[in-house]
Amino acid sequence: MSDIDDRGGPAQPLLTIRGLTKHFALKGGLFGQGAGTVRAVDGVDFSVMKGETLGVVGESGCGKSTTARLLMQLITPSAGEVVFDGRTVGGRELSLKDFHRQVQMVFQDSYASLNPRLTIEDSIAFGPMVHGVPRREALGRAHDLLARVGLAPARFAGRYPHELSGGQRQRINIARALALQPRLVILDEAVSALDKSVEAQVLNLLMDLKAEFGLTYVFISHDLQVVRYLSDRVMVMYLGQVAELGPAEALFTDPLHPYTKALLSSMPAIDPDHRTEQAPLAGDPPNPINPPPGCRFHPRCALAAPVCSQRAPQPVPARTLHAAACLVHEPGSGHPMAAPQSRAA
Amino acid sequence: MADVSPSPPMVEIADLHVTFTGGRKTVQAVNGVSLAVQRGEVVALIGESGSGKSVTLRTLLRLHNERRTTLRGAVRVAGQDVLAMSPRTLADYRGKVTSMIFQEPLLALDPVYTVGAQIVEAIRRHEPVGQAEAHQRALALFERVRIPSPERRLAAYPHEMSGGMRQRAMIALALACRPQVLLADEPTTALDATVQIQVLLLLRELQRELGLSVIFVTHDIGAAVEVADRIAVMYAGRIVEEGTARQLIRAPRHPYTRALLQSRAHGAMDKGGRLATIGGSPPDLANLPPGCAFAERCPMAQDACRSTQPEAVVLAPGHIARCLRTDATAALASPV
Repeated sequence: MSDIDDRGGPAQPLLTIRGLTKHFALKGGLFGQGAGTVRAVDGVDFSVMKGETLGVVGESGCGKSTTARLLMQLITPSAGEVVFDGRTVGGRELSLKDFHRQVQMVFQDSYASLNPRLTIEDSIAFGPMVHGVPRREALGRAHDLLARVGLAPARFAGRYPHELSGGQRQRINIARALALQPRLVILDEAVSALDKSVEAQVLNLLMDLKAEFGLTYVFISHDLQVVRYLSDRVMVMYLGQVAELGPAEALFTDPLHPYTKALLSSMPAIDPDHRTEQAPLAGDPPNPINPPPGCRFHPRCALAAPVCSQRAPQPVPARTLHAAACLVHEPGSGHPMAAPQSRAA
Repeated sequence: MADVSPSPPMVEIADLHVTFTGGRKTVQAVNGVSLAVQRGEVVALIGESGSGKSVTLRTLLRLHNERRTTLRGAVRVAGQDVLAMSPRTLADYRGKVTSMIFQEPLLALDPVYTVGAQIVEAIRRHEPVGQAEAHQRALALFERVRIPSPERRLAAYPHEMSGGMRQRAMIALALACRPQVLLADEPTTALDATVQIQVLLLLRELQRELGLSVIFVTHDIGAAVEVADRIAVMYAGRIVEEGTARQLIRAPRHPYTRALLQSRAHGAMDKGGRLATIGGSPPDLANLPPGCAFAERCPMAQDACRSTQPEAVVLAPGHIARCLRTDATAALASPV
């Protein structure tokens, strides 16, 4: 398995996404066509560095789960490319099979993502066997992993998914994801369905496994507190685009984008003496079928100026320390709060 | 209706036991819950899956399958004995005195009728009013829960609305017959963060304006603190601690409440730091231990905890905990 090796060294991003786009055509209308297009993901650029945890947050319909499925190549992008450690995925450089050995995913629904007719050891051993590991060795590895995620192999290996609790099943899903010794694990709302006390156990396990196996995580969640705790960098998505990308602490303490600010102040403070008095945003997240012109957030934005409905802000570049796609932060954009155009540029 | 009594509680649950039979095992879902909710008061029931919070709530409308459920204890709402009601009285009571909003409005609303038709039906079932008047009231309700373009939305089917809009429509439906008690079962859990806070604030505002008594079931402590006057923490079918929101957050005395508050990831936590966890798993409700159900997972448990069922200890006016070690927890610092 020589191609599992680190190729570009620590400075090369493990994963680079360029112009990732997915449009779904809506069926309907007179001849079953032309009813519209869902712009689920629309020109997303970002990279994931080796050994980091990138948190992805946003509300339903913002495209965070579609992005995860595009990364995994579970669905085919309409445009854009995925580069894994310097090699383009799906082409001659890196085949899908080799890519999937290095990237694994854990889903939200722990029950639906396990085959109900396979015992747990068979579920975990299935992936390695597909990739040519002999059954005996794959089962041995499955037992090691079960012990590692805190489930005694002697008690659990022969059980079926319905015999386990939600927290136990999610541990199985994590063990299965690790069975191929991947370098990148995509966690799509992996702890969202768990009770708080169980969630804490699984989060601790994820931290331990990351340190032990040198993993890189893409952690998708709607729970901002958990994302803040786990992530090195955070990407905020809104209607299929990146609204803001930056280091976790900077983004949480000093957010740039008005949407990030609203999202953060929507969190209940757990302070009985200072309850929230006013909702930071009105209305629901809009439908990605016909996104608003200009900046997609402008109809709900407190800082919106006339220019915001006419001009789309510059997208957040993949290689950035901390940036937001917002005309307020774009010099010379015409927004009254923006800085004037700098001459040096 | 003339109210001459010196304001008894609007909702009074006394020593409620709910047992589910009929499966392979007999499940003791609720084991002696007592709770009083005053007129105009909001009480949150919090706990994890299987703690009995939703079962307690559903008992107030008798929504459990009667043939497979054994109910013991007393439940009185607005002076009426809920457990003794005939099917006829129960049908008049549901929606009129007490109504409920559910976690998933798409499942709770009927998919083949417009939302407006469902509200009109609820009003006309309970009150002798005509179609036109009921429609006017439905429109006023939609304006009240701040649904934009309400006239058009009344003619919409549930699947045509967004999640936040559907939850507002269900709140309108629940309030259609001007109930005195509103039961809310995880009403904001399925909503996005920016919509959740809107719905929580709407509930708080409606509760104040209409003087409703509300029981709010949630697993989210943050949501409970935003709306509730008092909070009751449930574990294995019992209320283990109860007090004002302030008492519970600032000075929790039951080890389970403390652990629950500590296990949350919050604020600017130490990045490399580990989250405090509660070891083990909740007890099997078909096979409860004789003593405190939390003892097996409790860092402060002693031998006595495993053999005796702790009685309620009054810690301050309105603040109780069912724990033998409340003296020991008093010395500990607040977890948040």
